[in-house]
Amino acid sequence: MVSQFQPAGPAMEMGTAFSVQHLSFFYGQERVLTDVSLDIPQRRITSIVGPSGCGKSTFLRVLNRLYEVVPSARAVGQVWFEGRDILARGTDVVDLRRRVGMVFQKPNPFPKSVYENVAYAPRIHGVRKRRVLYDIVARALGQAALWEEVHTRLGKSAFDLSGGQQQRLCIARALAMEPKVILMDEPTSALDPTATAKIEDLITVLKDTYTVVIVTHNMQQAARVSDLAAVFLTGGEMVEYDETNRIFENPNDKRVEDYVTGKFG
Amino acid sequence: MRSEVRSRIGEHTVRWIMGACAGVSLLALGLIVLFLFREGMPVFRTVSLGGFLGGRFWFPTSEPPSLGILPMILGSGLVTGFALLVAVPLGIGTALFVGEVAPASARNPLKVAVEMLAGVPSVVYGFFGLMIVVPWLQATLNLPTGQTALTASLLLGIMAVPTVASIAEDAVAAVPDTWREASLALGATRWQTLRSVVVPAARSGLLAGTLLGMGRAVGETMTVLMVSGNSPTLPPVLGWPVRTLTATIALEMAETPVGSPHYHALFAVGGVLFLFTLTLNVVGELVGNRIRRLA
Amino acid sequence: MNRVWSQRTAFALLGLSALAVFAALAVVLGFVTVRGAPAISWEFLSAFPRRGMTEGGIFPALLGTFYLVLGTVIVSLPLGVGAAIYLAEYAEQRSWIRVVRIGVNNLAAVPSIVFGLFGLAFFVKALGLGVSILSGALTLGLMVMPLLIRSTEEALNAVPKEFREGALALGATRWQAVRSVVLPVAVPGILTGAILAVGRAAGETAPIMFTAAAFYTPRLPRSPLDEVMALPYHLYVMATESTAFWRTRHLQFGTALVLLGLVLILYLWAAVWRARIRRRKRW
Ligand SMILES: Nc1ncnc2c1ncn2[C@@H]1O[C@H](COP(=O)(O)OP(=O)(O)OP(=O)(O)O)[C@@H](O)[C@H]1O
Ligand SMILES: [Mg+2]
Repeated sequence: MVSQFQPAGPAMEMGTAFSVQHLSFFYGQERVLTDVSLDIPQRRITSIVGPSGCGKSTFLRVLNRLYEVVPSARAVGQVWFEGRDILARGTDVVDLRRRVGMVFQKPNPFPKSVYENVAYAPRIHGVRKRRVLYDIVARALGQAALWEEVHTRLGKSAFDLSGGQQQRLCIARALAMEPKVILMDEPTSALDPTATAKIEDLITVLKDTYTVVIVTHNMQQAARVSDLAAVFLTGGEMVEYDETNRIFENPNDKRVEDYVTGKFG
Repeated sequence: MRSEVRSRIGEHTVRWIMGACAGVSLLALGLIVLFLFREGMPVFRTVSLGGFLGGRFWFPTSEPPSLGILPMILGSGLVTGFALLVAVPLGIGTALFVGEVAPASARNPLKVAVEMLAGVPSVVYGFFGLMIVVPWLQATLNLPTGQTALTASLLLGIMAVPTVASIAEDAVAAVPDTWREASLALGATRWQTLRSVVVPAARSGLLAGTLLGMGRAVGETMTVLMVSGNSPTLPPVLGWPVRTLTATIALEMAETPVGSPHYHALFAVGGVLFLFTLTLNVVGELVGNRIRRLA
Repeated sequence: MNRVWSQRTAFALLGLSALAVFAALAVVLGFVTVRGAPAISWEFLSAFPRRGMTEGGIFPALLGTFYLVLGTVIVSLPLGVGAAIYLAEYAEQRSWIRVVRIGVNNLAAVPSIVFGLFGLAFFVKALGLGVSILSGALTLGLMVMPLLIRSTEEALNAVPKEFREGALALGATRWQAVRSVVLPVAVPGILTGAILAVGRAAGETAPIMFTAAAFYTPRLPRSPLDEVMALPYHLYVMATESTAFWRTRHLQFGTALVLLGLVLILYLWAAVWRARIRRRKRW
């Protein structure tokens, strides 16, 4: 089967991973995102920041269409990815999601062994040969800086790992399907500072290969890891989007200044 | 690549198969209605609706047959009514005790006991009743026979306890803890809290449990068949044998020629039972739904 | 002080009603066990009834109940689990789901004797399956289906949504997510529900009276279209209709004990298993 997605399709500039145009989002009648437009570049780290409930997670879930698990959810506008508007009818969401991996706020390994967790995606996408599978798992665990810690207990339950290890396992699980993009929804908010530091290091390494979009509550984290930042405010408006440094040093919008300096949020 | 194509076609098929499985329950319900109707309606060639429901005599095999089920309707009503007098206090009392009073360590054994009580097959209740309760009541109350409406009511009452208790327990558990805490913080005792906050809040759930318990008692067959004496007397009396709707079907269906007025009459009795329990269930659901929305 | 005493009285009354429930169970169990135990022997379990069912054992009834229950599981488990998966996992069509749910609830409330009538009219007569294991199993299968649907749905709903989303985000189709992540987690819960359904089916008399059960069969069933003896029906006829029923009381108590024991062991097993699932849960 030929994929619907063609890297660098006509409607996008070179180097853009997602081109979001006039995106609005509704849960039933309630509007959660209001006319959001931005281009997310390839192989950079873009952070989404903003106060609680402003629609950050929702925005992320539009990018892999995971919002569809909520029956009342509805997205309007266009989101171009590899030459295709993913909100258009007929988009193959399965194909989309194997190109766009996701890491959740709370580590959510499956109740299976470490190995089976990482092998999950390649398996359902048709890899059968044990040797090939093993190589994929080993490489993904290596990329997630977890191989050293777990290679002796690949057969153990994923729940035997620490929280930070579980989260890196979830990253490895996403990497194993060799996606183009990795979406992360507050990936360190459930972790202690040491585990957080490891994940942040990992994220900065990942950007050489992957496009990373990360939602975070934590301004310092956004400043540390991201190249670009998009600031959302309550009501689901995106009020500023630029190089992270620029936003933090010299915000254009008064509300953003208040937010980044901690006056509210 | 090919396996992917297959898995996505499979996705559609699976959805259809699961949907069809879900439809089977509806289909079954529809077929039950259809067949009760088809086999029951012809009785009204022999007897009018009023004569059927209000008729005082049940002589299905005489010529011409008398097909009045009033004694059985009243019999079922009497037995069920008194069964509820046993089941409702015991069921709600048990639910309140398990949910609100018992120490945590006693909760699970009690719940399991209630579940096991629900598991005892009705024919075993009937047998137990026949062997133990019937002679005991006969001796104690000095009755001519121990197979009476009262015997059936007692056993049915015990049998319906788990139904009432489990729904009542859900209703009580659905009352938010913050309400209890608010009441306790105002200096109320646990009993005052239970009586004036928890029970009123769970009221509709308790009512739903009662209605469903009633459905259970009306529909019960084997126990009643074995201990109630089965004579269609009018009016039915507590200390005397009675005949219920369910027992009538169980007793007579096997010996009835297919297609006779008697055969159709038994299906019509089934139809009456079906309509009655359906009504109870629908009302129970409507009442019960209110608590779920509240919680 | 008054308040303290009114609480004590009230709680004591509530405790008494719980105690009454406990006592009822104990009394039924106790009587049946004490009077049934002497009848239990290897011969009782493995032999045919003899001399017009006044002597001998219950083997054909035991086997018949086993066949009926097996058939019931084969009929109802796939249908019930499928329906529950649809209700819990494919929630898009709200109105259809509401209709189905109403159907399931009302099917659960249909009296067992009405199932018996329906089985007679539909499976035995209209489909021409006759009085047979098949007719009985189909009737019982429809009867326990709501039970299975509810318990399966509960087991599926207890699976955290994070597992589903994790699988979907990795490009799994909905069915792949259900099959490879959700179902394995829910299986113990589904099986406890199935055990309860088996217990229920094994103990029911009214639905098989006109559809499957025979007073006496001289030989064991050879096909699903044969009629069978079954434990609950056997107990009923022995206690009320057989010749000289007053002379076979010990056999009746024995039969009751076997039936009650079978069913309660199943219920207890389900309860213990469920408690263990809850304890072992790591998410
Ligand atoms: N399933 C849902 N149904 C209805 N409304 C929802 C649902 N999920 C989220 N919302 C609403 O949408 C809005 C945005 O939610 P979202 O989770 O995207 O916010 P967020 O920016 O990620 O917040 P947080 O920082 O707390 O994670 C909130 O007002 C929330 O109440
Ligand atoms: Mg969020």
